[in-house]
Amino acid sequence: MSQMIGPYEQSDAAKAAYDARWERIQACVRLERPDRMPVGLHSFFWPANYGGITYKEMMYDYEKAKKVTLDAVMEFEPDGVYPLILGTTVGPILEKFDFKQLQWPGHGVGDMQPFQYLDREYMKPEEYDDFLFDPTGFYIHKYLPRIMGAFEGFDKLPHFAGMHYMRSMFGMRSFTLPEVRASFDKIVAAAEETNNLFAHHVDWVQRLNAAGFPLFNGGVATSPYDIVADYFRGATGMMKDLYRHKDKLKLVLDKMATIVTKMTIENAKLANHPIVFIPVHWAPDAFMSQKQFEEFWWPPFRKMLMGMIDAGLTPMPMWESDCTKRLEIIKDIPAGKCIYWFERTDLVKAYEVLGDRVALRGNLSPSLLTTGKPEEVDAAVKHLVDNIWNKGGCMMLDGAFGIPDETPVANVRAMFDASRKYAG
Amino acid sequence: MNDMNEQEKQLVEWLSDMNEDDAIALSNKMLLEEGANPLRVLELCRAAMDIVGKRFEEGEYFLPELVLAGEMLDMVGAVAKPLIKQGEGGESKKLGKVLIGTVHGDLHDIGKNIVCFMLDINGFEVKDIGIDVPVKTFIAEINTFQPDVVGLSGFLTLAFESMKETIAAFDQAGMRDKFKVMIGGGQIDETVRAYTGADAFGVNAVEAVKLCNKWTGATA
Repeated sequence: MSQMIGPYEQSDAAKAAYDARWERIQACVRLERPDRMPVGLHSFFWPANYGGITYKEMMYDYEKAKKVTLDAVMEFEPDGVYPLILGTTVGPILEKFDFKQLQWPGHGVGDMQPFQYLDREYMKPEEYDDFLFDPTGFYIHKYLPRIMGAFEGFDKLPHFAGMHYMRSMFGMRSFTLPEVRASFDKIVAAAEETNNLFAHHVDWVQRLNAAGFPLFNGGVATSPYDIVADYFRGATGMMKDLYRHKDKLKLVLDKMATIVTKMTIENAKLANHPIVFIPVHWAPDAFMSQKQFEEFWWPPFRKMLMGMIDAGLTPMPMWESDCTKRLEIIKDIPAGKCIYWFERTDLVKAYEVLGDRVALRGNLSPSLLTTGKPEEVDAAVKHLVDNIWNKGGCMMLDGAFGIPDETPVANVRAMFDASRKYAG
Repeated sequence: MNDMNEQEKQLVEWLSDMNEDDAIALSNKMLLEEGANPLRVLELCRAAMDIVGKRFEEGEYFLPELVLAGEMLDMVGAVAKPLIKQGEGGESKKLGKVLIGTVHGDLHDIGKNIVCFMLDINGFEVKDIGIDVPVKTFIAEINTFQPDVVGLSGFLTLAFESMKETIAAFDQAGMRDKFKVMIGGGQIDETVRAYTGADAFGVNAVEAVKLCNKWTGATA
């Protein structure tokens, strides 16, 4: 007996393996002990190095990207896999939308360099009111044309609010402008490429599932503060706003929490997957005071987490850098509903504070994985197993931020081998 | 600065307490209406920045305060500097020269910019040579600037290798013993320091200032 996952046959053995892997992750989320410690596979360009292709190929060539990532999964047999194609093979859509917030191979960086974000001011401080009054209008007329060349004609589109009766027709003349028509043509062509990307993603997921491997997370979300800081105001603009525009900023953060929660729930339904990965950029101890964290960062994020939990989702924030001082604050969520992934926070310390509240994920350091020896990786896994897993902790092993691009394959083998040796 | 009058004390307090509106209004009034000596006002700014730096070191202030302090300093400077009469004052003596850049392959600069600002307000002559800096540019800039300290910045894991290459090139160029090398950035730790051959690493801007003070013999 076997079953079909799309066009791919899944054997009974593969189904049993899939179910066992998924149950391992789910047991951890429920704060119950699974049969062994789950291990995740999360990366960006490491599979390119593993499979001998360039980063540029990983970004542009769907078939090559699918092959190297699936090869890595088959060798290491993780319990959950990041949606690696959506995470990296975005070169064609970046190009067709003329996306301006990244530099990527062939567009500002070399063929063996990862894409990198351009921290800029994409919304001016005096535009807070525009955003608050009409977020959708702000996106259509200002934000989208700033971040994507394909939308450049949209600044000429009419303002739809206030259009009714005859005005709803009289007001539409700008749709005929050459720059607006050109925008629509570019967007349709680019969206077709997005469909193509998603077809490859679905094909990849079906092959992954048919072979017995679940996705670790279906969707990705961003915290309200981080969206405004990274994608709108820029890092330093946001820091100044904590003083200069604090009241409007709080209103925008609250509105953004509602917007993102709604969108995340819709996307999770489409992905048919409850776990949502949320990389957290601006929470670290060193970035703002505890008072600022409690006043600006945490309330909209908690609102978002609670909205997701109420909708039956499992948020998986990945707390970048060191968030030790935040542990007591971020503990304020219901037990057994989230996975907290820590980057540089001592995972043993996190277990002491949060062990009865959330499943933990992490966290072999990038410097160890990229420059260390396999025996050092083995020792680091043993340290986590001895101090968390063997003490009853519900943890999932991974790199601090997945597998860094430059990690020698021997160190990845050491990570997976050690997990099975010590907690298998 | 112990010889401040009440108004001057007020300016230092407002600047160091992040009371931007009042501080800028007062400095503008002093400079533009009352004819205050612009060099004196800049000295008051430096006194305020000392307080900001101390509060950062003590964990009371964080990055937002450093950024806003830098902005206020620029705003006061923009009004004060054109008022300085020729031949008057001039640049104060610097504690040492620090050259900083983000290593090749990496485009990140937020942390580097904050380190440059903190070194500058702590009395160092800082040359920031930007992001994605090729090894040969570092060497050319070092030959021209003759720094006491070279800072290599990097946020991505690829920076580990770039830092190692850059420091190895300093060796090959026979200049490695002419300055100290410090590294910093998101993923930098002792393992990376040892791997790259840097003299030290720092996790924030205060540590960068401490390292430079130590290496140049300046008072910490």
